[in-house]
Amino acid sequence: MSLNMHIVVCIKQVPDSAQIRVHPVTNTIMRQGVPAIVNPYDLVALEEALRLKDRYGARITVLSMGPPQAEGALRKALSFGADEAILLTDRSFAGADTLATSYALASAIRKIRLDIPVDLVFAGKQTIDGDTAQVGPGIAIRLKMQLLTYVSKIETIDLDKSELTVQRRAEGGVQVLKTRLPALITVLEGINEMRFATMSDMFRAARYPIRVWDKDAAGIEDISKIGLKGSPTVVSKVFAPTPRTQKAEIIQTQSDQPGDVAATLLAKMFARFPQLRDAIGRRGE
Amino acid sequence: MSNPTAPTPPAARPAGRRKFELDPRLKAYKGVWVFIEHERGAVHPVSFELLGEGRKLADQLGVELAGVVLGAAGEHTRRFCQDAFCHGADLCFLLEDPVLAQYRNQPYSRALTDLVNKHQPEILLLGATTLGRDLAGSVATTLQTGLTADCTGLAIDPENRSLAATRPTFGGSLLCTIVTLNYRPQMATVRPRVMSMPARNDTRSGRVIEEPLALLETDVVTKLLEFIADDKRAEVNLPFADIIVAGGRGMKRPDNFQLVRDLAEVLGAEVGATRPVVQSGWVSADHQVGQSGKTVRPKLYIAAGISGAVQHRVGMEGSDVIVAINQDASAPIFDFATYGIVGNAMQILPALTAAFRQHLATEKLAV
Ligand SMILES: Cc1cc2nc3c(=O)[nH]c(=O)nc-3n(C[C@H](O)[C@H](O)[C@H](O)COP(=O)(O)OP(=O)(O)OC[C@H]3O[C@@H](n4cnc5c(N)ncnc54)[C@H](O)[C@@H]3O)c2cc1C
Repeated sequence: MSLNMHIVVCIKQVPDSAQIRVHPVTNTIMRQGVPAIVNPYDLVALEEALRLKDRYGARITVLSMGPPQAEGALRKALSFGADEAILLTDRSFAGADTLATSYALASAIRKIRLDIPVDLVFAGKQTIDGDTAQVGPGIAIRLKMQLLTYVSKIETIDLDKSELTVQRRAEGGVQVLKTRLPALITVLEGINEMRFATMSDMFRAARYPIRVWDKDAAGIEDISKIGLKGSPTVVSKVFAPTPRTQKAEIIQTQSDQPGDVAATLLAKMFARFPQLRDAIGRRGE
Repeated sequence: MSNPTAPTPPAARPAGRRKFELDPRLKAYKGVWVFIEHERGAVHPVSFELLGEGRKLADQLGVELAGVVLGAAGEHTRRFCQDAFCHGADLCFLLEDPVLAQYRNQPYSRALTDLVNKHQPEILLLGATTLGRDLAGSVATTLQTGLTADCTGLAIDPENRSLAATRPTFGGSLLCTIVTLNYRPQMATVRPRVMSMPARNDTRSGRVIEEPLALLETDVVTKLLEFIADDKRAEVNLPFADIIVAGGRGMKRPDNFQLVRDLAEVLGAEVGATRPVVQSGWVSADHQVGQSGKTVRPKLYIAAGISGAVQHRVGMEGSDVIVAINQDASAPIFDFATYGIVGNAMQILPALTAAFRQHLATEKLAV
């Protein structure tokens, strides 16, 4: 098995959405102090790439598009064992939707493979902030790579034959697919657990000279295809969900004994929603 | 919608309100299409839900609603077209070819892209399933058009006839409405159970337009070696369950979760859970309800020890009746549940199990 497999892993820095709060009066997002994290789905992809590195030997380049602070995400990836990191950052990338994002990332990967051919590209299944699950497929189409989404297991890679066999989650079952390299893989969540960074990798990551590419360095050919200008979709409105006005009817009884509460609930519920009588206890009949 | 300047939120930009004249070339794009997904000999219910929604959009635009059926001969593709008519389609585009026997990205993308280029719909809707997302992403890129994923609302902007697609963002704490500017078709995906199921009308029929596939098996790089079907019996079918009993972190210990299962057993219900419960390993991930789990729409949803966080709520608020059991009278779940019981789930659940068991026993006697 040759040792020269080259894997590019696309990662994104996102705000930790668990910590985002919406201002109750102004409806605006309160961003102060919300920490930035590596998109959790991208870490699943990175771990899978690292396992291939353990198994077959590989060079891993992590690639991210974002503001200069996104460097943090790349250093994190380096600390887990990635070999090389590239940050695409340029004001003209701002406001990109999935189509414009996949254009920029695909251009950069084209540039990367001029130096070392790329066998595999990994992308997260989706991001937690935008959630579209479309950037991966977009890159694959642009680079004419085979697209494998929702991969649950990488069975074998034969670099000499340029062949790859994977298991892919499909509706109603698992597909075992055999395809050719180069390929783009998005990984199902929960198939692995991220390793711990070693001390030496952490030190290396902290000092590592991350390559920073602007639109020219990234080889962008058509600037009308990046950023806001290159995005077919625009956000026309952002708003908070309308709170349901109707609150729950609280079931109260004189005794507050669980049995009485339960009986009261059933009586009220079946009176107001008689159709529930038919729905209950049906299964297996 | 991926914003490279994150953590900036997707701010409403004036661009969205900008008046624009649609490119004359794009004015030829007419009609609403729904991709009809099928597996194991049946249409995926999400396709019917989309037809129900697509019907409203088409009526508002004054255009036809079409289904797109791809598959191999002998896969009941004709029946799927008929099913689409019964759920609101006026016509179906049918591509039948052995190459389309099992879903693979390349031939399906090619088939759908060619159809779109030839017949030019203005709107194309797909289910946000593993298949639909895989297909939508590559078709949108090939067509160089906009795609809005996981929408929870679709409407037509009467001013310019464009599709206004609403979707949750930032973990459901906000919603945003997205429009596609000077590109056609406007593409959107919607998760199963987000839209309601339209009633089936067996008297409806429509036209079938057949097209050939411009691709041979030898052109397809990826080969399917094997399909390992899920074990139907072990399958958790949360999205289509009529009744769900769900437990949260308030159940405190994995063995207490048996109380949730007991009630589910008596009701003939599926078991649901919140993310912390899944992450603690009390139940497997296919039981998770919510933003990163399943969207459900049961007739009855009983939530025990669940606070009602927005990420959970977005997955279950479409339930007809919600019963919440929580110790804390100020828990957010009481803001949107139908009935609330303020109390200890460890005592209330067994009482409910007994009450329902008794109810069922008396119903049986009455029959
Ligand atoms: C990106 C992202 C995605 C997410 N996706 C999901 C998702 O898909 N699904 C999901 O569920 N969550 C999701 N979450 C997590 C979500 O934010 C909440 O943390 C989670 O829903 C809370 O689960 P819970 O209600 O079980 O726990 P808690 O919020 O801890 O609530 C426990 C409740 O139990 C009550 N309680 C305690 N003891 C008792 C008792 N003895 N009897 C009765 N009540 C009792 C408490 O009063 C409390 O209200 C997501 C979060 C993020 C950031």
